[in-house]
Amino acid sequence: MNLALYVAQRVSALILAPLVLVHIGLMIYAVNGGLSAGEILGRTQGSIGWALFYSVFVMAAVVHAGIGLRNVLAEWSALPQRAVDILMFVASCALLTAGFRAVYAVTA
Amino acid sequence: MSAVLPGIAEGASLNAYVWRGGENGEYRVFNVPRRENQTVLDVVTWIQRHQDSTLAYRFACRVGMCGSCAMTVNGKPRWTCRTHVTRVIEGDDLRIGPLDNLPIIKDLVVDMQPFFDNWQAAEGRFHPSTDRTQPLAAVKPQSKARRDADAAIECINCAVCYAACDLVRWQPDYLGPAALNRAWAAVNDERDAEPRRIMKAVSGDAGCHRCHGMRSCTAHCPVGLDPARSINGLKRRSLWSLLAGDSAREDAY
Amino acid sequence: MTPTQVSDVSLRLPLAARRRHQGYVAFLLHRISGIALAVFLPLHFLTLGLAIEGADELQSFLDVADNVLAKVFEAGLVFALVVHVMGGLRLMLLEWWHWDQQHAFWLTASLGAGCVVALMFALSIFV
Repeated sequence: MNLALYVAQRVSALILAPLVLVHIGLMIYAVNGGLSAGEILGRTQGSIGWALFYSVFVMAAVVHAGIGLRNVLAEWSALPQRAVDILMFVASCALLTAGFRAVYAVTA
Repeated sequence: MSAVLPGIAEGASLNAYVWRGGENGEYRVFNVPRRENQTVLDVVTWIQRHQDSTLAYRFACRVGMCGSCAMTVNGKPRWTCRTHVTRVIEGDDLRIGPLDNLPIIKDLVVDMQPFFDNWQAAEGRFHPSTDRTQPLAAVKPQSKARRDADAAIECINCAVCYAACDLVRWQPDYLGPAALNRAWAAVNDERDAEPRRIMKAVSGDAGCHRCHGMRSCTAHCPVGLDPARSINGLKRRSLWSLLAGDSAREDAY
Repeated sequence: MTPTQVSDVSLRLPLAARRRHQGYVAFLLHRISGIALAVFLPLHFLTLGLAIEGADELQSFLDVADNVLAKVFEAGLVFALVVHVMGGLRLMLLEWWHWDQQHAFWLTASLGAGCVVALMFALSIFV
């Protein structure tokens, strides 16, 4: 399993890199444009493009964070490996749900 | 530290805190006379000869070739015969303990069995492809694979890297830098008949993907090897194996 | 005798002696920043989820959050993100392009420092 997780971690990182750059670019645009929440949402809501973009973003981020945290818990906590795996799987599902909800909130 | 050794005053001594006992032992202090040219092994030997003959420790060549005298000195795993007291002493104090990450037998002596078990588990042994009736293999010394193997082959199993590695400390079932370094040397040996077997052995859950690149192994290796580089080589190779649909994938999940 | 490498030089850090080297510092920064981001992420998702109630809910949250503490938080976030991405870049350079560890560390460290400064300006965090 470690090999699969290693690959997933690296692949999700490669996906995240350009997405994060775009996201930061957006933030810079929004901050310098002095956009309010309403103005931002006005542009993102109803957009399939942004929905897709952020859905991919959420999935990659949850995979990456989940695997990373699994390593942290396995190495730095006293929990047995099995417990760590189950805990991180459940936590990742919860995070994924919160993430998709956020995507819905911003792009629906 | 300056290249010129400071003169040692007449009658100067140091406080050597030496681990005594097993896992539940403690540090005991010995007052040891300092000398101009003195290694930590000299200190340990002096204690055993003049103060406490029950002190247990390992050494063999005492000239930096065999790796038997590896111990933890002021927190770092090193060869005590190659560690000059002036380079590590903190004030007047030296703290000498057994190697980390291995069970303590007594005092400064550790059980190397888990280290060698991992060595075997990583398949870092030669798998013959021919026999003596065949011609010798013509290996180009400058080929990339041979250079990679040669860079890793000088390991003498002293376990300093194993003692330095935090991943071994946190997860004792991890194969560890020495075993993986040897596996890398073996897998690059074109005479070895079973590179896939080696890759399978190092791609399991206790294998090379546990390494997070902190490189304590390379930082401490007394021979100047780079186990971290070897482990990265194995990681790279495991990806190619995966993409090539190799049997190395089986049981790796 | 092995040559002394820059990475072997003892750093005056509150770390165990065997950990006082460049590679461990890089690992620790990468891990701490990763944990920080992983803690931040659910908070971020939940905050954005406020928009479900409408733009005003989100806006009122953003207004409340427009203070010094928030700026400190933003700065921390930018720092954590840059450190983590650069740490990841270092690992990729070491693992896949077998760069020398000194080159990988200093390239990513300096690139990271540059990015942090640039982002502080670009996002108007304190500057």
